[in-house]
Amino acid sequence: MTYQQPKLDTSPKISDEVRKTTCYMCACRCGINVHLKSGKVSYIEGNRDHPVNKGVLCAKGSSGIMQVTAPSRLRAPLRRVGPRGSGAFEEISWEEAFQTAVAWLKPLRETAPEKLAFFTGRDQSQSFTSFWAQGFGTPNYAAHGGFCSVNMAAGGIYTMGGAFWEFGQPDWDRAKLFILFGVAEDHDSNPIKIGIGKLKARGSRVIGVNPIRTGYNGVADDWYGITPGTDGLLILSLIHELLKAGKIDLDYLARFTNAPCLVDETAGPGRGLLLRDKDGKHLVIDKTTGKPAVFDKKGVQPDLGATHKGARTVFQHLAERYLSDDYAPEAVAERTGIPAARIKGLAAEIARAAFDEPVVLDQEWTDFRGDTHSQMVGRPVAFHSMRGVSAHSNGFQTCRALHLLQILIGSVETPGGFRFKPPYPKPVEAHPKPHCGFNPGTPLNGPHLGFVHGPDDLALNPDGSPARIDKAFTWENPMSAHGLMHMVIPNAHAGDPYRIDTMLLYMANMSWNSSMNTRSVMEMLTDKDADGDYKIPRIIYSDAYASEMVAYADLILPDTTYLERHDCISLLDRPICEAEAAADAIRWPVIEPDREVRGFQSVLVELGNRLKLPGFVDAEGKAKYRDYADYMVNHERRPGVGPLMGWRGNGDQTGRGAPNPDQLQRYIDNGGFAIAHIPDEAQFFKPWNAAYQDWAVELGLYDKPQPYLFSIYSEPMQRFRLAAEGHGTRQPPEHLRERVRATMDPLPIWYEPFGDSAGADYPVHALTQRPMAMYHSWGSQNAWLRQIHGHNPLYVPTKIWEEHRFQDGDWARVTSPSGEITVPVAHMAALNENTIWTWNAIGKRKGAWALDPDAPESTKGFLLNHLIHELLPEKGDGMRWSNSDPITGQAAWFDLRVRIKKADPPEEAQPAFPPIPSPVPAARRNRP
Amino acid sequence: MTALPPPSAKKLGLVIDLDTCVGCHACVTACKGWNDQGYGVPLSDQNAYGSEPSGTFLNRVHSYEVQPDQGTAQVINFPRSCLHCENAPCVTVCPTGASYKRAEDGIVLVNEDACIGCGLCAWACPYGARELDQAAGVMKKCTLCVDRIYNENLPEEDRQPACVRTCPAGARHFGDLGDPDSDVSKLVADRGGYELMPEMDTKPVNRYLPPRPKGPEQEVDILAPLLDVKTTGFAGWLDRILEKI
Repeated sequence: MTYQQPKLDTSPKISDEVRKTTCYMCACRCGINVHLKSGKVSYIEGNRDHPVNKGVLCAKGSSGIMQVTAPSRLRAPLRRVGPRGSGAFEEISWEEAFQTAVAWLKPLRETAPEKLAFFTGRDQSQSFTSFWAQGFGTPNYAAHGGFCSVNMAAGGIYTMGGAFWEFGQPDWDRAKLFILFGVAEDHDSNPIKIGIGKLKARGSRVIGVNPIRTGYNGVADDWYGITPGTDGLLILSLIHELLKAGKIDLDYLARFTNAPCLVDETAGPGRGLLLRDKDGKHLVIDKTTGKPAVFDKKGVQPDLGATHKGARTVFQHLAERYLSDDYAPEAVAERTGIPAARIKGLAAEIARAAFDEPVVLDQEWTDFRGDTHSQMVGRPVAFHSMRGVSAHSNGFQTCRALHLLQILIGSVETPGGFRFKPPYPKPVEAHPKPHCGFNPGTPLNGPHLGFVHGPDDLALNPDGSPARIDKAFTWENPMSAHGLMHMVIPNAHAGDPYRIDTMLLYMANMSWNSSMNTRSVMEMLTDKDADGDYKIPRIIYSDAYASEMVAYADLILPDTTYLERHDCISLLDRPICEAEAAADAIRWPVIEPDREVRGFQSVLVELGNRLKLPGFVDAEGKAKYRDYADYMVNHERRPGVGPLMGWRGNGDQTGRGAPNPDQLQRYIDNGGFAIAHIPDEAQFFKPWNAAYQDWAVELGLYDKPQPYLFSIYSEPMQRFRLAAEGHGTRQPPEHLRERVRATMDPLPIWYEPFGDSAGADYPVHALTQRPMAMYHSWGSQNAWLRQIHGHNPLYVPTKIWEEHRFQDGDWARVTSPSGEITVPVAHMAALNENTIWTWNAIGKRKGAWALDPDAPESTKGFLLNHLIHELLPEKGDGMRWSNSDPITGQAAWFDLRVRIKKADPPEEAQPAFPPIPSPVPAARRNRP
Repeated sequence: MTALPPPSAKKLGLVIDLDTCVGCHACVTACKGWNDQGYGVPLSDQNAYGSEPSGTFLNRVHSYEVQPDQGTAQVINFPRSCLHCENAPCVTVCPTGASYKRAEDGIVLVNEDACIGCGLCAWACPYGARELDQAAGVMKKCTLCVDRIYNENLPEEDRQPACVRTCPAGARHFGDLGDPDSDVSKLVADRGGYELMPEMDTKPVNRYLPPRPKGPEQEVDILAPLLDVKTTGFAGWLDRILEKI
């Protein structure tokens, strides 16, 4: 056939309209352009102007259209009509749903508000949901941080007033060495990929420290396949090497950290605390006078080597500790699985990038002491870390160790290093303390969650018993800043510390992938007492989709999809700021729901109005807010400061200003977000930079400048230690005394994860990761994404693969101290030789998510959760020891130890559960 | 059988950086989303919520492990789509003329009106870059987003393939590989970009940039101890280090 070419229209019309809102396919919160044709979503792409994603969009975001049309969308409120767990429901009207909820909640509020436990999962409106819970008066509120990454968040805030991800980010534009600890492919999604792209384009070096080499670790220039749970030991060994060689930033340590502060060594209740003047200000020895001076005096030159009346500096304590041979590379090599030469090589790379290649910006700035610096000098080594480090029972101290490392080389908040994102930096002192004072008919006496400074701030009843159902802020886990969502159901079921009446859950798949010990949790949710009543009497659940949890609730409040709702991504909460700017954003209904569903936050407003909760009704009992959109615009947390910072007052004020009725339209006109840039002289050294502090006050982030020193040495931890040594009136129970003393070390330590001794006979470590195409997405039933990750093999390293003579297509039985699964295996070489792993939350229960019962998610997919117990194995002391970090209560998912053995292939992955009837009609087979 | 046009001066194509591709699949679903509503019939999905779901994708990412003789195992993420070959065997094999290569820019397309769904082109393609849509019975393949790159309804900066626009790591580049001075040609020259399976003589336009060498840095000896802490004691170390301020 001779050459012929049809005529093409290369300029077809794209769509009728573009509406710009915020993605919710994960917690990254990118800006999206939603194209509409004939009123229906036709295409979704990234918003180029948006500060988070700058136009790009990940696999999940680009599949959002399948989320909005998913057959698993709930359609109307549901009331349970069969036994709990049977999946038997009837559809009811919203009016009936509200009346039912109010009939359950009103008497509780009037008699025993603590009997409502309100916990949210992938909630992005915690400043609002906690405000509601506070008005209700229950002390039992938290979101999912306790089973996710509280170690990372709290470790950072207690050490330096901020952590990774939402709190700060690497200086992607200037870093010359980037080291990633324990990050799979998550937190946060697109910014890390954009950042890695920038590093690669410049030829900067990327190093991954992770037992598993996939994703970001795959593109890393070098990879350290560390043994799980030993990151802290590796980090302290790096510190040992850097100290020995003198490769630390002494000037930075003296000026900006508590390294020059003096540790009181006088025996008594003040031993181990830092010396202060009569106004409570930390004292240092001024090198110019040799005399004590307050740390923030103009011109003071803190002396790192001083001794004063027997008190030595923090610097001397830390140097003495980490110079010890216990931390020599040779001493930690076997334990960490990293040869000593490799540890030395990594330390050398850090030292060279930090000190031989500093980044110098010709930008004058003035510090909080009033001293002016002509340049900004940076140490271009940036770190990032998330759950791999966090989800161990030694995670808090490991996070502290990592921050100590980046502080010692002087890279935090300097060019090329780690940079805070507003409203951070924010020291512990600027955060609320936890509150648990409840009384019938009255609001809680303050915010639920916060940061304790010592034993006096624990959430304990006068008799010493836990005030909260999850036992947060008790001696079991004193610094549990995000609560312990993973303990709510087990504790409520056990009546330990007390029984509750109603559990209100939002977007939390507790009967499946969001719980440890999934089978038992299902049993707890359906278990009855001697009278035949459910031990957890009432469960209200809100979700947009037919998740596994739906069947275990009594009343379902169906939520909208993310394109059908209002939301605010607020500076009061978990904002979308960048290191260079403060930013916040909204979601708005770019399409209207075609079902009887309502945004959960608007439902909470309506419930708040009907229950006449303080904050929701005025003095006459009249509703203050019509719905969540109304709240977003008109709520003021402090005078002039509300959920959204942009276009306040007459539309010309940012940060502070009266509510503006046109505010949401201004956000919509601007692409769904607002941004306020940080001035050039305020871009770095933020905790100590006078220009930044002033800018933050002007914006309303806080009300007065609050410069502070980084807490290399943690006084709050030492206060708990003093209590364990017998000082003070609030004393730990005897069975916890030694553990508190040992783990609450004010300088970072490493100790063996509790799972190691609990699983001593189980030689293999087992982990999960979430794939990039599904990380944090609420809906792995997505028709496109499930074609990428429809089932999850268990990946086995070469050594174990060969030892057990596994072959492709084989199955294995995996046993832990608390459970057993039988699952398909696959070989993987780029893996720590004693570690197996799988993709998390791919496995689904039959009948859920509107998938066919023979979907691979149910027949071959599986959860590792069945192997992980929320409690440690019994020790014979009658105690329930939680499988959590002893400092924060973070769920220790990654402490898991197992045995693996070849198994005859079963018909499907084990354990298998009977299908649950679907609350939505079966999906159409094909699309379109 | 279908004739190819004379080789064009302009050779539009993709340059894919295997050193940077993290394997996130963003390009896979962005491509699916655009082309589901763009050029030709939608990209259907069979058994979308059941066992063995299978749909039409114009771009897929495969991950491979590499085990070098020395050092740790490595992972390569490899995006695969049509390479817009100059000697496109999928075109010459087409019995109806549906499969064709554009004379002006070298893009290989399928004229769906003329496609009989015989599948010969997919057999002929050594790269496995074509998929027969099971619902429509026509052959689907990467169009290089021909309905985006010249589209006057899009802002200039968006006139690039959906996969390139969305790639979070910036691992995908689009441009004229026939112009030695284009950014993509320079990138290929700088980074040693290569063509896939040159032995097939298909002369693909797309190029892949190889992963950079991995492993430890050259030995650096900047960690010489200040002093032997054992012999000088802690006080000696402290004196020595504090001299540095």
